[in-house]
Amino acid sequence: MNYFLVLTLTGLAAGMIYAALALALVLVWRATRVVNFAQGAMAMATTYIALAVFQLTGNYWFGFVAALAAGFVIGAVAERGIVRWVENGPPLNAVILTLGLLLILEAVVPMIWGAQIRSFPAPFSIAAMQVGGVFIPVSPFNIFTIGVVLLVMVALLVLFRFTGLGLSMRAAAFAPEIARLLGVRVGRLLTFGWGLATVAGALAGLLVAPTLLLYPNNMDAILVYGFTAAVLGGLDSPIGALVGGLAMGLALSFIGGYLGPDLETAGALAILIAILMVRPQGLFVHAAERRV
Amino acid sequence: MKGLGSVRPALLRHSMVGLGFGLGAALAVWAIDPYNPFLVYQLSSVCYFAIAAAGLTVLTGLNGQLSLGHGALMGIGAYTTAVVLKGHTDLNPALVMSAATVVTSVASIIVGAAAARLRGPYLAGATLGLAVGLPGVAVRFSNIFGGDAGTSVPALTPPDALSSVAPEVWLAWIGLVPTVVTFVVLANLVRTRYGRDFRAIREDEVAAALYGIRVARTQVVAFVLSGACAGLAGSLLAYTSNLAAPGSFPLTLSLLLLAAIVIGGLGTLPGAVWGALVVVFVPDWIGSVNDAVHLPSAVRDQLPLALFGGVFVVAMLAFPHGIQGGLVRLWRLRASRRKAGTSEPAIGTT
Repeated sequence: MNYFLVLTLTGLAAGMIYAALALALVLVWRATRVVNFAQGAMAMATTYIALAVFQLTGNYWFGFVAALAAGFVIGAVAERGIVRWVENGPPLNAVILTLGLLLILEAVVPMIWGAQIRSFPAPFSIAAMQVGGVFIPVSPFNIFTIGVVLLVMVALLVLFRFTGLGLSMRAAAFAPEIARLLGVRVGRLLTFGWGLATVAGALAGLLVAPTLLLYPNNMDAILVYGFTAAVLGGLDSPIGALVGGLAMGLALSFIGGYLGPDLETAGALAILIAILMVRPQGLFVHAAERRV
Repeated sequence: MKGLGSVRPALLRHSMVGLGFGLGAALAVWAIDPYNPFLVYQLSSVCYFAIAAAGLTVLTGLNGQLSLGHGALMGIGAYTTAVVLKGHTDLNPALVMSAATVVTSVASIIVGAAAARLRGPYLAGATLGLAVGLPGVAVRFSNIFGGDAGTSVPALTPPDALSSVAPEVWLAWIGLVPTVVTFVVLANLVRTRYGRDFRAIREDEVAAALYGIRVARTQVVAFVLSGACAGLAGSLLAYTSNLAAPGSFPLTLSLLLLAAIVIGGLGTLPGAVWGALVVVFVPDWIGSVNDAVHLPSAVRDQLPLALFGGVFVVAMLAFPHGIQGGLVRLWRLRASRRKAGTSEPAIGTT
């Protein structure tokens, strides 16, 4: 099989994971104008929870659901309990706060489960498939990854576009004061938004772990990729997050495949700087930001 | 702002304070050595943490740019030191440190030029990429940088005339020189036009631009200045640990630097020293407390980081001015009590 095609297909599957994390960052940014640097660490923590539940019950899907549920709780608690208090302060303080959460999570998780590298189960085989004797460089797990992230994307689209709850959430994020005057429970919706975002992040954590293994800072690089994907998409657009994630997946797959896997993160950095220099508002946002 | 007339005395005063502090610290190092070489070694660590934190506090506290990549910039300084010393092991440390500073400054120009177009979270994200990605570069080009194992750096040895001085003490003495120089330079610089421009931009970029300050250029200057400090600190780190390795510059190092300036008080140079002391000594102190309490090793190893993370959260919620802010408040409180009646605001809020 053609090496280029192999890299393309694996890149697309990885890109869906980056898209899920980018989506989490975008949802948080839309809701509260904060970039949650703890998003990767939160996903790491929920994946450890999934592993614990899996080991207890022996059923992958119990762990899967537990991780998503834990993600919702962690996200909601972080917003209501901590981030709420700095939302109106200088943006720097909110960023430092999420970094504090990152440090705490990356320290507390190894306290509970140890710092050693662990393998993580996949619900489907992560080995490449053979169809009618022909080798295809896509695993059933890759297909599951693509399917489940697309499903989440569509579900969110439906939520935001076609439900009253989604309309209130958009209103709360877009014009909190006016929304509040019109009777929208803005605070509650922001908490809900963070919870939802962290569910998407938890999904990314679950999808990364089978191939990348699980350890306390296994999501650091994924956070950089997800952030770059989100910026590529404009930081404000879920569709942008999907396209940005796929673009990152492809780009990093080619960088890793042709230049060496150690350069993937540096490559992501180069892409990020290039985007920000050329089109700082991202590829999918048309509203002009404040320029000085 | 005070008039021009106060600049000269400030320069003199800063130099005197720096010199006095340096001599005092050098004496202290010499006095504690026979009893505790490890403590002396830790003081060298305080030196490089303080230098890097001082640079970061000017960037983050005064200019309002958040960098998560200063650990990686320290890595550039350390690797420069290792590579320069590879061929010439007995090169003068002053020369080597200058080279590390210059190389890191050049790297900072590239990052800073991108940074000047980035606002808040974008800059933090880009520098996060730097912190996570740079160790990989060192691994990839292992023929130059030594891969995962890193490149060793020859230990500093005192000259023959001072052969009675222990190597740890000599290292600490050498470390104090760039520390004092950095602090004196920065203390003076933040009082010049550039320092005021930094602060003006932090407060309001639009207003600063209207006032004729070239925002982008000034931000690059701030980033390069602070990157140069990180490079110098990295060089000292390489001398202290005798090694430049990718594992020495994880994201956690950048976060520790941030912890140092948050704990000490954002934007204050003395705060950088307090923060460096806390970041170096608290993990050790937790270790010694643990000898009595016997926590599991997994908990003990991670406790300092959890603690610093908690400090980020608590500091941002309750004490945004850190240790130095608290000290200043105490000092003013005392001064205003003494004057009795002349009320003075406790501390300027930003």
